Order: sequence, then C-alpha cells, then structure tokens
Amino acid sequence: MKFKTKYIAPVGGDGIHTINTGDWRIKKPVLSQEKCVKCGYCLLHCPVNAISKKDGQFTISYSYCKGCGICAHGCPPDAIEMVPEVEK
Amino acid sequence: MQSFDVMNGNRAAAIGASLAKPDVIAAYPITPQTPVVEYLTQFVADGVLESAMSEVESELTAMSMVTGASLAGARTFTATSSQGLALMYEPYFRASTLRLPIVMAIVNREMISPQTVWGGPQDSISVRDSGWLQIYVEDNQEIMDMMIQAYKIAENEGVLLPINICYDGFYLSHMTEKVFIPEQEKVDAFLGRYQPNHIILDPSRPMAVDPLTNGELLMNYRYLHLEAQQNALQVIEETDKEFESLFGRSYGGLIESYRMEDAEYAIITMGSMTGAAKEAVDFARQNGKSIGLVKLRVLRPFPKSKIIEALSKVKAFGVVDRNVSFGWNTGVIYQEIKSALYESGQFMPSIPFIGGLGGEDLTLDMMIEAIETICHASESKETIWLTRE
Ligand code: SF4
Ligand code: SF4
Repeated sequence: MKFKTKYIAPVGGDGIHTINTGDWRIKKPVLSQEKCVKCGYCLLHCPVNAISKKDGQFTISYSYCKGCGICAHGCPPDAIEMVPEVEK
Repeated sequence: MQSFDVMNGNRAAAIGASLAKPDVIAAYPITPQTPVVEYLTQFVADGVLESAMSEVESELTAMSMVTGASLAGARTFTATSSQGLALMYEPYFRASTLRLPIVMAIVNREMISPQTVWGGPQDSISVRDSGWLQIYVEDNQEIMDMMIQAYKIAENEGVLLPINICYDGFYLSHMTEKVFIPEQEKVDAFLGRYQPNHIILDPSRPMAVDPLTNGELLMNYRYLHLEAQQNALQVIEETDKEFESLFGRSYGGLIESYRMEDAEYAIITMGSMTGAAKEAVDFARQNGKSIGLVKLRVLRPFPKSKIIEALSKVKAFGVVDRNVSFGWNTGVIYQEIKSALYESGQFMPSIPFIGGLGGEDLTLDMMIEAIETICHASESKETIWLTRE
C-alpha cells in the first residue's frame, strides 16, 4: 500500500487536503496561445483555480484541473480544446 | 502472597479494573452488568479507588465520555451488556477507528426480542467486526486476570486498540467462586502508565483530531488498523507469558487446548460453557473416546494459525455456538473455524451445534451428546440444536 500519512489515527493536517481533483479528469483542456484573445474568462470561471496568468499568458496547471470543461465551454474564440486523457 | 476471596464475576471484573487504576470510569447500569458499576462506585466512595467515576445517563454517553477521556490521555474503563452495547454502537466503532485503548467489560446477555435478561454472547459477537479486540473468558479468576492484561494488550505500542473482556451473564457475573487477587504493586509494575503519542488532545501538542478524510487516506488507516489487529496475536501470547511469570497463572494465550495431545476428535467451545464441556471430555475419555477440547479465547483478532495447528491431526470436530448467525443457519464460531481451516487445506467432517441461547443451560448431558455425535461424524448438513428433552 502507498502511504500518504505518517499517522496511525486520523489526526494532523492530512484531512481533506489530500483530495486530488486532478485524478478525476477524463479529458484535459489544452489551451492554444495563438487563438487566445486574453479575455480572462477561463481564469475567472475555473472552479479549482487551475488557471493562472503569467507574463500576460494564460496557462493551465494539470495537478488540480478536474477536467470539467467550463473553461473550454465559455472561451469566446474556442481557444481551449478538451482532449481525451486516454492518450497520455 | 496473593490474597484470595470468594466473589462473583462482576466483583472480579470491578476489582480487576480498579487494580489497573483507570483515571476515568463512565458507565450506565444494565442487567447483568449493574453490580460492576455498583462495586466501582463503592470503591470510589470508600476512597479505595481514585478514578473520576461518572454514572452517565445512557450507554451512548458512557462510550462517548470514555472516548473523550482516552483522547485526553486518560486510562479508562466502562462496562455494558446487550441493549446497552447496541445503544453505544456509533461511538463504539469510532473508539476503535480512533485507536483508543479503552477497556470495556461486556457481560454477555442475549439480544432481544423476545424480552430477556439472561446470558448469551450474541451482543458482542454481533459487533465482532467493529475493530475492537475481543477476549472471551471461562471463569471468575480469568475475568480478574484478563481485566488487568487487557490494559497491557490494548496500550501496547504495536496495538493501540480498544478491548472487550466478555463473560457470560449470570453464569459468571452472578456466580461465586474463589478468586486470587493480584498484588497492587506488582500490577502497577506490570502495567506502567498510559502515555499516548499517536492521538491526543493536548494544548501543548496541538493536532486536528478526526478531520473529514478522503477514501485514499481512510484506506491507509484501515490497513494499519488491520495490521494492529494482527500484531495483537503475538502481544496477547506474550502478555499471557509475562503475566504467568509474575502472578503464576497462564490461560494458554489465544486458545486453550485441553487433552488434545493425542485426540482424534475435537469439540470447540468459548466462554463459560467450557467447564461442562471439559467434564464431558473427561467422561468420554474414561469411556475410551479419543476426544479433546479447544477453547477459543480470542475472537478478534482471530487466531487462525493456532486453530489450524490445534486441529491438524483430528478426524472430525464440532463447534458449540451459544449464538446464531442469521442467514447461515449455524453459529458464528463454526463459520470462522471453517474459514481458518480452508487455508490449511484440511477438510475433515465438522458439525455445527447451537445451544444455550437466552441463558439456557448447556448441560453435561448435552456436551456428552455433542461429543458422541462428533465421534461418529460424517459431515452434518444440518445444525444440531442442543435442547432439553
Ligand atoms: S477543465 Fe475545468 S478545472 Fe480544468 S482548467 Fe478548465 S475550468 Fe478549470
Ligand atoms: S477564455 Fe479563452 S480566450 Fe479567454 S483567456 Fe481563456 S483561453 Fe484565452
């Protein structure tokens, strides 16, 4: 068994923080910088704050992105494509 | 020198528990456990016992209170029976999954309905998979001694689990026997003090206790809990030996084998019925039958290897269950013994017996009848009910 805790009883800071929403993804959002018009819709609407703005560019972190597709659904120029995870 | 006294099982339990000097006791009276609470209250009133004693308003509160006290680092004790155990089920399960070494005597009483107050371990056997250790004893001396050993086992670093010492209502709780009382100083040295590090409510060591936890982590805790149960197998045996070296009494550890050395057949018992069954074994031996007895002392953790070893040479065996497993048409111990044997590839004939429910006597005659049946055994497809003529 892979252990994520050093405790034998439920104590300490383990708790709910270990939920990895990234494990839920069956499709991942792939953002095309060419098509992106930098409107910021995706950053505002991502429910797990997986999208950040760095040096004027919007990027998606896949560690917590749960693959819900909200960003892709609302992106005005369709700059985000939902790609099945099976290919990884 | 150990002094002795004549006492009933409840008094033996109360004295045994008080020798361990629990910091906190919380209990609610229920027949046949009531005198345990009365004795302990008396000890505290007389100043013989320094525990914080609380007669709470229900068993739900009793278990919740000892849970809180144990979390705060206290050594704790409580006792219950039957419907009282049923009422405390929610905090009962949590006490084990929080890994709190609480000691609770269960004075076994049949589960209702029909309305009954008499003996039978259906209560504790029905919650055997709640993560507690469960030990079943045969007489009042064993009650006294196991109350003390219970703390040693439960508080062991590799175990850290709550434990039930279970004894038959009325047959032991209200029956009077001679019982030796271990010396206080020796018990103090044997047990030491409980010093928790794994889970503690202590302002100087802050930790979040029992936060909302996801399945992945929960499986970690379950894995470790199962492992602790397995560790307890060895700890129980070692504790028995250490106790013997200090106090001169051994109970065989996980199981007790009686006249099994050359036995071709075996009868398996648990709890107070063992006395009558041993008499029946002696009687059958006089009549040339090659039979022995295995007393199951520990139900959780289940002593699989010991059972396999004890039954490795027999041609057939029978199990007398003072409980039922609804849906299996046998008692619980019968199934567990058979499950253990599956691994060893031994498939000798076996016979399930059920008897003694609701405080019914399991008489010498019935045990002799059971032994007769076992010695002529081919697989019995039906459970045999041991009842009065
Ligand atoms: S798919 Fe959902 S979770 Fe992932 S970045 Fe887009 S909005 Fe956020
Ligand atoms: S919603 Fe689309 S266009 Fe707007 S910032 Fe995000 S990716 Fe770019």
